[in-house]
Amino acid sequence: MTNTAVANGSGATDPKRIFRRTESTAAGEGVNAVSRITRMCLAYPGRVAVAMIATVLAAAAQLSIPVLLGRAVDATQAIGSATADEAALRTIALTLLAVSVLRGLFTLAQNYSAESVGHALAHDLRLAVYDKIQRLPFSFHDRTHSGDLITVGMLDLEGVRMYFSTALVRTVLLTLLLGIGAYLLISTHALLGILALSFAPFAAWRSTAMQLTLRKTWLILQEKLAILSRVMEENLAGIRVVRAFSSAPHEMKKFDAASEEALALSHRRIDVRVKSTSAMTLAFFAAMGAVLLYGGTLVAEGEMSVGTLATFLTFMTILQMPVRQLGLMVNAYARASTCGARLFALLDMPVEVDDAEGAPDLKVTEGTLRLDNVAFAYQGAEGHRAVTGISFEARKGETVGIVGPPGSGKTTLMHLIPRFYDVDAGSITIDGQDIRDVTLSSVRQAVAVVQQDSFLFTTSIENNIAYGDPRATDSRIERSAGSAQLHDWVVGLPERYGTVVGERGVSLSGGQRQRLSIARTLMLEPAVLIFDDSTAAIDAGTESRIRKGLRDYAADRVTLIVAHRLSSLSHADRILFLEDGRIVEQGTHDELIALGGRYAALHELQMRPEADMMEAQP
Amino acid sequence: MSPSRTAEPADDHRDDGRPRLRAVVGSHRVDEEIFGRAFDGRVISRIWDFVGPYRRQVVISVVAVAIFTLSQLAIPLLIRHAIDNGMVGGVNLPVLYWTVAGFALVIAVNFAASWVQEGVTGRMAENVLFDIRRKMFSHLQRVSLSFMDKTEVGRLMSRLQGDVNSMQEFLETSVLSVGDILLLIGIVVAMLWLDWQLGLLVLSVLPILLIVRLFWLQRARAAFMAAHEANSITNGALAEAIHGVRAVQGMDRGRVNHGLYTGLVDDNYRAHLRASRLAQIMIPIVDSLTGIAMAVVILVGGYMVVEGRIEVGVMVAFLFYIQRFFDPIRSLTMQYSVMQRAMASGHRLTEVLDVDVDVTDAPDAVPLEREDDGSVEFDHVTFGYDPKHPVLKDVSFRVNSGETVALVGPTGSGKSSSMALIHRFYDVQGGAVRVGGRDVRDVTQASLGRHIAMVLQEPFLFTGTVRENIRYSSHWASDADVEEATRAVGAHDFVTALPQGYDTMLDERGGNLSLGQRQLLSFARALVADARILVLDEATANIDSYTEMQIQRALETLLEGRTGLVIAHRLATIRNADRIVVLQQGVKIEEGSHDQLMAAKGLYSRLYSMNYASFDDIPEELTGEDRARAT
Repeated sequence: MTNTAVANGSGATDPKRIFRRTESTAAGEGVNAVSRITRMCLAYPGRVAVAMIATVLAAAAQLSIPVLLGRAVDATQAIGSATADEAALRTIALTLLAVSVLRGLFTLAQNYSAESVGHALAHDLRLAVYDKIQRLPFSFHDRTHSGDLITVGMLDLEGVRMYFSTALVRTVLLTLLLGIGAYLLISTHALLGILALSFAPFAAWRSTAMQLTLRKTWLILQEKLAILSRVMEENLAGIRVVRAFSSAPHEMKKFDAASEEALALSHRRIDVRVKSTSAMTLAFFAAMGAVLLYGGTLVAEGEMSVGTLATFLTFMTILQMPVRQLGLMVNAYARASTCGARLFALLDMPVEVDDAEGAPDLKVTEGTLRLDNVAFAYQGAEGHRAVTGISFEARKGETVGIVGPPGSGKTTLMHLIPRFYDVDAGSITIDGQDIRDVTLSSVRQAVAVVQQDSFLFTTSIENNIAYGDPRATDSRIERSAGSAQLHDWVVGLPERYGTVVGERGVSLSGGQRQRLSIARTLMLEPAVLIFDDSTAAIDAGTESRIRKGLRDYAADRVTLIVAHRLSSLSHADRILFLEDGRIVEQGTHDELIALGGRYAALHELQMRPEADMMEAQP
Repeated sequence: MSPSRTAEPADDHRDDGRPRLRAVVGSHRVDEEIFGRAFDGRVISRIWDFVGPYRRQVVISVVAVAIFTLSQLAIPLLIRHAIDNGMVGGVNLPVLYWTVAGFALVIAVNFAASWVQEGVTGRMAENVLFDIRRKMFSHLQRVSLSFMDKTEVGRLMSRLQGDVNSMQEFLETSVLSVGDILLLIGIVVAMLWLDWQLGLLVLSVLPILLIVRLFWLQRARAAFMAAHEANSITNGALAEAIHGVRAVQGMDRGRVNHGLYTGLVDDNYRAHLRASRLAQIMIPIVDSLTGIAMAVVILVGGYMVVEGRIEVGVMVAFLFYIQRFFDPIRSLTMQYSVMQRAMASGHRLTEVLDVDVDVTDAPDAVPLEREDDGSVEFDHVTFGYDPKHPVLKDVSFRVNSGETVALVGPTGSGKSSSMALIHRFYDVQGGAVRVGGRDVRDVTQASLGRHIAMVLQEPFLFTGTVRENIRYSSHWASDADVEEATRAVGAHDFVTALPQGYDTMLDERGGNLSLGQRQLLSFARALVADARILVLDEATANIDSYTEMQIQRALETLLEGRTGLVIAHRLATIRNADRIVVLQQGVKIEEGSHDQLMAAKGLYSRLYSMNYASFDDIPEELTGEDRARAT
């Protein structure tokens, strides 16, 4: 935990900054992102082609409807034989029916193929994001808020997914409708055409301005709501503190402050929307009124047929929606560019700890671990080396204890051995092979760590224990659980090994969590087994039983134990005392006590109460 | 790169003799009803209480919606009037001008009504949403702690967020559906009024649409829900990968997980394509029905115009109405789902609002004054969360002002419950708990809070600066007071070493501090509160010896000049107490100083000699015989 505090770095590649949602994206990056998304869509040429052709045909069908309606009206006005009119009407009616059906089918094809391009893109990106997150090293995850990564993987991905259907295809559709429509109207009657289309620029501008404002305020609103939900969540989770300090009034004040800010912003968003939508409707109807007035005069004067006027009016109603939705399109572009920029920043993040080209698997023979003059500093804290000049060797069957004050680099050192981080200087070898020269996967199989804060997965106990070896047999799982002193507790549970634990399952005590974490690590049969302060919540008695149960297991591997409780290390072959990232004392327990240095002082400190107790006993 | 169609199933029983794959990614649980009955009178009446204060706004928005709808309905009629009386069959320019003037008036009214309708409805719905949430939140501050203990925070949060949001959606769309109903009726009436024969003919497609739509709705909803669920399953697995990334990498599970995740992503892809197909299938149906309606108008209506039975403007008006025809049906069928969802949510909301508040100030409660002494007395206290199973049985002991008493006993002995009773988190079933000589039920809860400071086993910090956390609700404390307290518990050094000292923001509940550091800050918080009585539940987890030493020192400072009641785990703390009360199975079995109890050779002396770091660690079998004695 102290590592994250140290590693709070800054700089151009600081993931904290890259993934912050309110941080604006550089214009160039946004354009690049959009063009990259477009290229990715083209990986599905069939669906893209269908979507585009269907769009053109749907637009054509859409545009022919007003024309047909106008003709129908005119046909009723034609002076001549009723039979001819009836024939004309019948033809027009049937054509209109056919065109309507076709319009529906083409729209279906257009929307479905466009959405399927988006879903296919999302499918690929989901896998890519997942893979990337699993491979990015600890140094990346230390400096990134998990919440930010989740947002990138969920919301940003949605923003990219919507790009093809809501931005690109709609742009094509609107361009066709407006372009061809304007040509048709203006070529029929220039002035009336201009009047009919006069609402479009205004509506387009209002709609765009509105959507961009709404988007900006939406991002702020999300932040305000996040604050509000944090206030509520912390209050509920910490309800005992709240009650203990009788601070409900204080908490209500915090709630009201957060709530009122969010409410005020929601109101502002409503105002923005109301103002724009009402204005757009007014502009549309005003243009319609103008067309009615001027067109009506033309009809009255015999310069235009009623049918043509009807064409103008129905054309306006057809065009109204897409023009008003221009803002949504612009919003989709804006979203795709910022979301895409963040998503690609994640996907392009270099994986600093990775397999070297053609690296072979690690071959464990003797099982000897060697650290040679190892030094390491966290990113963003390069000036301060967390560990430095560390050298030691441990052979199969040996147990090495590591002790030191908080922040002395114990955990850091333990994280270098499975190559969670790469050393800055020196080397770590297993049986003479530098861990950087072999595959990462083989190193992780050879070095297993029981971590300080063990993350349990929300699944059954057996799945948790078998996490590193999903094809393990029941008997092996039970053996591991037995060694970790967990079996007796598990069999007392209603569903035994099938009981679900984790975030949404049965809640475990700190000691139970640690024992489960030990059990799952024991499944791995590693050459190097590390306990990183992972028995703090387990009582001394249980710990000593675990240790006894592991005697045979430990004979086959190197065991490294970081612990605060010195009694946990009494059986170690050697103990290293770390301070400020260096080994300052080392030797067996007895040697170190005899030395009378820091270790001995720590021992003295821990033994004091027990010493008193001895006196108290008769 | 094409979506893969095959993936290893999560639970395959292959016949190659290998054990089955015990692996899943993500966890998913759907345990909440999403749709309820479409109408639940009880829920509606509860929600109506919240709408009550905005009755005026509701009336205004309903009137505005009605005006807005009527003005929209009038437009085709005006166009019809302009065509028939102003253009065709003899030019009549004044009629045309007057009609356009009427048109201008109608759109002005439309503009105003649309402004009022959307603005007032939107604000009203938002206000109600925030009011409901506030009411729930403030209620949760008073409900019994046993309810809070039983209920997951996540579940309450989904009440406060998802469920109130669906109520807002419901209120907003309810007002708008009034408009939809009016629009539908208006169109029907207008058509029949223009020409009832043509009207009936055209309207005959409406029932077809309604039937198709209702039939479609069920299947579509299932598909949308499936897509929604597939999405949350996939996202859940992603979140798990992010939170558990260190475990995944440490145990080299990446490849297996990727395979499993591919299966989820493929399912998600297919579910979305299916939902998309179902959503789009309505488009050609609606378009075809519109086409039929238009063809009927042209064919039959056109013939009627030629025959001279109707005027051409009527035909144009029909064509205009047909364009709007299907909108209200779509919204109204959607409203049905919204209502069902809202009823299910509303039901859950009322459940929270109806949770009992069992601890309230008595009507004649008086405040506990600073001058009241710091004594605590348990007088034959019997208490159980479930009265049938008491966790404390006839327990009596007294802590004099200024004294420190350690409460010890194995897990489940009733120590934590005693602590909760002092602060009146619960009411006793028998006997009385007295603080400062007064029964806790006779004093105000707020004054009790000022009289007692509590330190819980798990230090809980809030998001905010270090200073805000230490001051917490002691708003009277100055910055100097905060600093003094921090120095006194020995936390000043590490606080000033933080990047912004006292103004450093604590990440997610102090995640950037060690457990020991958080412990010290919670001590400082109690010290700033400066209460007469300190109730402390000692942490059980082992902390490194350096911090441990600081904590022991801080504890001494904290207890100085105060009455202390400590649920003690550490032997050092226990021995420093003036007196020790030993509980087992809810019964007090021993009381006395360390030396007295050691001499008595009872449970305490045996526990003490077992050499355990904490009394809680002691396995049950070793305390068994004493339990028999206790019960």
